[in-house]
Amino acid sequence: MKTTSPHLVRLLAATALALGVSATAHAQDKATQLHNRATAAMCANCHGTDGRTIEGSAIPSLVGMPKDYMVLQMKAFKDGTRPATVMHQITKGLTDAQIDTIASYYATTKR
Amino acid sequence: MKRRSFVQASLALGSFGALGSMVGCASVGRVPEKARVVVVGGGYGGATAAKYVRMLSDYKIDVTLIEPNGEFVSCPISNLVIGGSKTMADITTPYDKLSGKHGVNIVRDYVASVDPAKKTVTLASGPTIRYDKLVMSPGIDLMFNTIEGLKEASASGQILQAWKGGPETLALRKQLEAMDNGGVYAITIPEAPYRCPPGPYERASQVAHYFKQHKPKSKVLILDANQDVTSKGPLFKKFWADNYKGILEYMPQHKVVAVDAKTNTLKFDVQNDVKANVLNVLPAMRAGGIAVQSNLANVNARWCGVHYQTFESTQAKDIHVIGDSIMLAPLMPKSGHMANSHGKVTAAAIVAQLSDMPVNPAPFLSNTCYSFVNDKLVVHVASVHQYDAKDKTYKTVPGSGGVSTAPNELEGIYAWNWAQNIWADSLM
Repeated sequence: MKTTSPHLVRLLAATALALGVSATAHAQDKATQLHNRATAAMCANCHGTDGRTIEGSAIPSLVGMPKDYMVLQMKAFKDGTRPATVMHQITKGLTDAQIDTIASYYATTKR
Repeated sequence: MKRRSFVQASLALGSFGALGSMVGCASVGRVPEKARVVVVGGGYGGATAAKYVRMLSDYKIDVTLIEPNGEFVSCPISNLVIGGSKTMADITTPYDKLSGKHGVNIVRDYVASVDPAKKTVTLASGPTIRYDKLVMSPGIDLMFNTIEGLKEASASGQILQAWKGGPETLALRKQLEAMDNGGVYAITIPEAPYRCPPGPYERASQVAHYFKQHKPKSKVLILDANQDVTSKGPLFKKFWADNYKGILEYMPQHKVVAVDAKTNTLKFDVQNDVKANVLNVLPAMRAGGIAVQSNLANVNARWCGVHYQTFESTQAKDIHVIGDSIMLAPLMPKSGHMANSHGKVTAAAIVAQLSDMPVNPAPFLSNTCYSFVNDKLVVHVASVHQYDAKDKTYKTVPGSGGVSTAPNELEGIYAWNWAQNIWADSLM
């Protein structure tokens, strides 16, 4: 009967564990991705699906907007330094983390 | 749509008429025997849920939408058709992009019944569809029986509601056009909650604007069962005083109990009778008929209770209820914008659940609702609703939200662009 070396068992176990951890991490990444996308979609009612507004829209598109710029604008709405009709009232309801999530999503979505 | 998504969509649609629906035959989507997600109702909530389940699953989860109408006619902006500054074409969007671009299988029919135990819906035309997840977005039902004589007067087309975008929108416009200069238009408002809190006040403003331009001897009466204007009150009342004085009269605490169609008379529980030439009587409302009939309306037999994190019914597993049919969290309005937001939170929750992923622990919703006080000037109300895991409900964030400082033309532009963008976001 063939015996398996303890070394190989340890190696296999470690590999399985690593794969398991990486699979879990991967699943968590996918879930986070889904949640972030749904969070960003809350802007789409006015700013268009994936931040693409209809042609000729006075409401700006968000797709491809640089992240730093968008975070600054959202915070300027929030603290009142950039005047707005609606956005100052909306941004006051968002956490900094949500603003970051939204800005990251639109910055990384291709035009 | 990218080619890869197109192929995935085709694969996902599998055996039931993928090609038929992919070429955009919205009204002839074949009836599948089974679909992972079935959506009932193609309004702001249902159409959005259908589109976003497709998008958020990278076009892997198949979706069938059941909707009796061939086109989407928007309730928001429909008051401008009644006022005469927009047309039916302006507020109508076809369903072909939902099928052609997003691979949603659209079945043009009513749902006759739902069997939560077997997880099936049966169509009015007979076939049965099995689902893994059902999204119910049937809007509202008007409770005609709460006002004596209204059912008959409405069925005959004499006393209209026009509280769902569609043929009645145009019919009410025609009644106003046919009315003599010097006639009276009366709108009655039920006790809150009802669909679109500022809607009746916007409509009254639109009719007053029309009269001011074209029938200056005519009058608008608002007969409100509520104590005061339920939304944007100070803004509406100031604009009416400044611009529609002598044309528009607001009367709170007027609860209609009966209509007399022969004499065009409204009868109230306490106040004196009121006669008018054009009567626009809005009865109390409740969840759409199929939701009530399916025993989902478990709050006062009117609204559907839901678990707010996922919008799953508190009554039946794997049935999610969204839009105007639900029992709302505090300070949440029954609005198209809100229904679109419900649709997205629900779509993401369904995609997570069907993919064995955790659902979002902290969803949030926003609402922006614009009202036209004439053909150009607009006021809004906005709010942000964060999910509170401890109390399992949405709460508005202190300091957030609010209304316009005054009616303004800039928001008139934004309001029209809002409409076009949300139609695209829900349907295209």
